[in-house]
Amino acid sequence: MWNLLQIELFKISKRPRTYIAFAAIFAIVAIFQFAFKADGQSYMDLVLQSVKDSFELDKSKAINGYFMCYIILNTLLIQVPILVALIAADSISGEANMGTLRLLISKPISRTQLILVKFAAATIFTIFLLLWMAITALFMSLLVFGADDMLIFRVKGEESQIMQITKDDIMWRYFAAFGYATVALTVIAALSLFLSIFAENSIGPIIATVCIVIVCTIISNISVPIIDKNVKPFLFTSYLVGWKGFFYIATNAEGVPIKGSLENWPAIRKSLFILIGHILVIVWASIAVFNRKDILS
Amino acid sequence: MSSVISVSNLSKKYGNIQAINDLSFTVNKGDVYGFLGQNGAGKSTTIRMLLTLIAPTTGEIHIFDKKLSTHRSEILNNIGAVIEKPDLYKYLNAYDNLSIFARMSGLKVSRQLLMNQLQMVGLADRAKDKVKTFSQGMKQRLGIAVALVHNPELIILDEPTNGLDPQGIADIRNLIMRLSKEMGKTVLISSHLLSEIEVIANRMIIIHKGRKIIEGNVAELLDPSHTVIDIDAVDNEGAKAALGTSRWATYLQPGKSLQLMMNKELVPQLISELVAMNIQLLSVNSSHSLEKYFLSLTTNSAHVEPFTN
Repeated sequence: MWNLLQIELFKISKRPRTYIAFAAIFAIVAIFQFAFKADGQSYMDLVLQSVKDSFELDKSKAINGYFMCYIILNTLLIQVPILVALIAADSISGEANMGTLRLLISKPISRTQLILVKFAAATIFTIFLLLWMAITALFMSLLVFGADDMLIFRVKGEESQIMQITKDDIMWRYFAAFGYATVALTVIAALSLFLSIFAENSIGPIIATVCIVIVCTIISNISVPIIDKNVKPFLFTSYLVGWKGFFYIATNAEGVPIKGSLENWPAIRKSLFILIGHILVIVWASIAVFNRKDILS
Repeated sequence: MSSVISVSNLSKKYGNIQAINDLSFTVNKGDVYGFLGQNGAGKSTTIRMLLTLIAPTTGEIHIFDKKLSTHRSEILNNIGAVIEKPDLYKYLNAYDNLSIFARMSGLKVSRQLLMNQLQMVGLADRAKDKVKTFSQGMKQRLGIAVALVHNPELIILDEPTNGLDPQGIADIRNLIMRLSKEMGKTVLISSHLLSEIEVIANRMIIIHKGRKIIEGNVAELLDPSHTVIDIDAVDNEGAKAALGTSRWATYLQPGKSLQLMMNKELVPQLISELVAMNIQLLSVNSSHSLEKYFLSLTTNSAHVEPFTN
């Protein structure tokens, strides 16, 4: 398996399309950083307009590396599934399109092994993508904007909240958030892999993945009781933004944030289990379908 | 003689289409086995079943005396194949392609081994060039190098000369001859050209619409005594009457056309005697009865109407 995985990673590393995702992330992050460096105060004025009478804030300190990373992640983690699909949706369909699938299947490796290796390679690509995002969005932002306490703006029910996390309590939250995002995006990778089994070029599975993510995200955001209760709990998109939970800090009875705490760890843990459940079911389905498929390409 | 491939009552159905119908054949060790049939006869479907790309609807396949469905990995480890086109990773170079597929076969890859393999197919000097820059013939040769790199006992080549120029076809033929005669490999080669199989195979099967038509030794099936001679003379009726009273009468075939079946070696004598009988000849064509039969299969199938001016 390790030998096959090395081969798979070698093939991915040699394809130009692999680097499109990394270039796209770098470009988006750089544009964000430039815009905030040039005119971040205007953004803060806009965001803080509604609470300026309630809080005394040093706006010059509010825009820092940690805050920037949070803003970037909020924007990027919605688009990254497309970048993950670029590679994962090509896993089987790309081989079918090139004609190499028949050669692979005629080698002494089982179809189950092939799916597992393709899935592992897509997962590793996802991890590298998120590492790259961490380097550019977090560490580059810290270099450019410096480190300070982080403000989190949150809408909870009817009310808006601003939470402050001290700078010595942030880094572990980012590591945890990136870890969570890896699991969430691995669901997308598994879904793309599954769809790629049915196609003979990667365009179809990429579009199908994006459509599924969009439709499910829309459903996840519809506030209708019957959907809330019967549909949303089963949609993976309901849990994609669960990484934010690592930045929701618990407070004591006086409303003072408790350092190192999480507001709702059981909810995060449950979301993680549900996402892992999705991954297992989709990979199992991929193996089952691929083992029965006649290779006609 | 021990069999390498033994196929029994193999069938494959796609919905209502019967692609392969109760097909049985045996390939013996050391054979160059020709798998002949017109396009759509079921050659590729059968080969795909031998390589586990497609699951049979019914029937059994044994390779190296082992059941394919239960000893898949073990069997495939000893098979090298080029299936239809030699599609490889176009964005990788020849060396990397060969290395990848060698490692997939569980081989400990050394640079020397891979370069020797590329040398064998005449691609050593293009080892570092990307496959997308290769001609069809070069891709075909690289595909064969990939098929042979793990030194398999059985080599399966699905229409390996398709799309090649005459030199490319000759190169592939020579390579197959070497594999069989010098290295003792068993080769199964599919083709829709009898003339191609005739040159390289010692045994063959003809399939049509998924069914076996005939199987046997090429030498016996293409026995020269079954050569069909088609004669076109200025006066065919007169020529037929003249031949009917000569020593050639026993070779005359019934029917309107002037046709004889005889040993190919006798053709020069026949022509001399026809000339001596003052029969004015327009043409004399010889072809094997099996070739005639094979061509009739093709002719009887759906085809584009010939262009008439």
